[in-house]
Amino acid sequence: MGDFLLVTIQVDLYDQLAENLESDLINTINKHNSKGVLIDISAVSIIDSFMGRILGNIAVMAKILDAQTVVVGMQPAVAITLVELGLSLNGVISALNVEKGMDLLRAKMYNGDNEEQIDDDNSDQ
Amino acid sequence: MAITKNRSMMITATNKVEIAIVREQDVVPLRNRVKDYGVKAGMSILNQTKLITATSELVRNLLKYGGGGKVLVEEVNNGRDKGVRATFIDNGPGIADIDLAMKDGYSTGKSLGLGLPGTKRLVNEFDIKTEMGVGTTVTIIKWKNG
Repeated sequence: MGDFLLVTIQVDLYDQLAENLESDLINTINKHNSKGVLIDISAVSIIDSFMGRILGNIAVMAKILDAQTVVVGMQPAVAITLVELGLSLNGVISALNVEKGMDLLRAKMYNGDNEEQIDDDNSDQ
Repeated sequence: MAITKNRSMMITATNKVEIAIVREQDVVPLRNRVKDYGVKAGMSILNQTKLITATSELVRNLLKYGGGGKVLVEEVNNGRDKGVRATFIDNGPGIADIDLAMKDGYSTGKSLGLGLPGTKRLVNEFDIKTEMGVGTTVTIIKWKNG
């Protein structure tokens, strides 16, 4: 996948596995100098507050290592449950599926500078 | 001290199973068992997901704060609706201030503090009893159409 890491979570995780995923992923970003991480959670049937926090942590840590994170394929029931639980997954960018997620990552990589320019223009006015 | 969210009515319970929770790995078979009960009650995917997520939150508390314990899972029927009841029993230190523990964003650990109040929102009935030095028992019910 070139500069991107593609992670597919195939099973429902318990806490230790989720923590292992977090550290493995961050180490892998560092090792391969990845610019984007795509996490496919379409096979995950529950995300509780712990797993939600892990996803948020991954996005923040990846950002510090100069990589963008996109989470794709969240099941509708999982999304509804997360919001009722009170978890808004702030800072986690989502896309509907892997293709859209890859498009989003590419767009973020190549247009990242443009966004900043737009912000600057606004502040000047 | 106890906090209860429940519409009191006659409830019959059947097919009780008891699952011991001593380590984190025990959470996965418990979630699967609860899901089986939800499917058997005819719950939608959404209600199953809410029930399993609530179970996951409570079993984490049971391990983290209660030092492990046991979970009872039962089919319940109130004459109008079928559902699943799960009872989380630990012999841990108990919760010092239950009102505070039920507040969004409060945690003595390093979590987000969504566990108890968030769980309460996901289920139809929620009951918590705690006694210092004796333990905590949390009971939830998710109705099929709840």
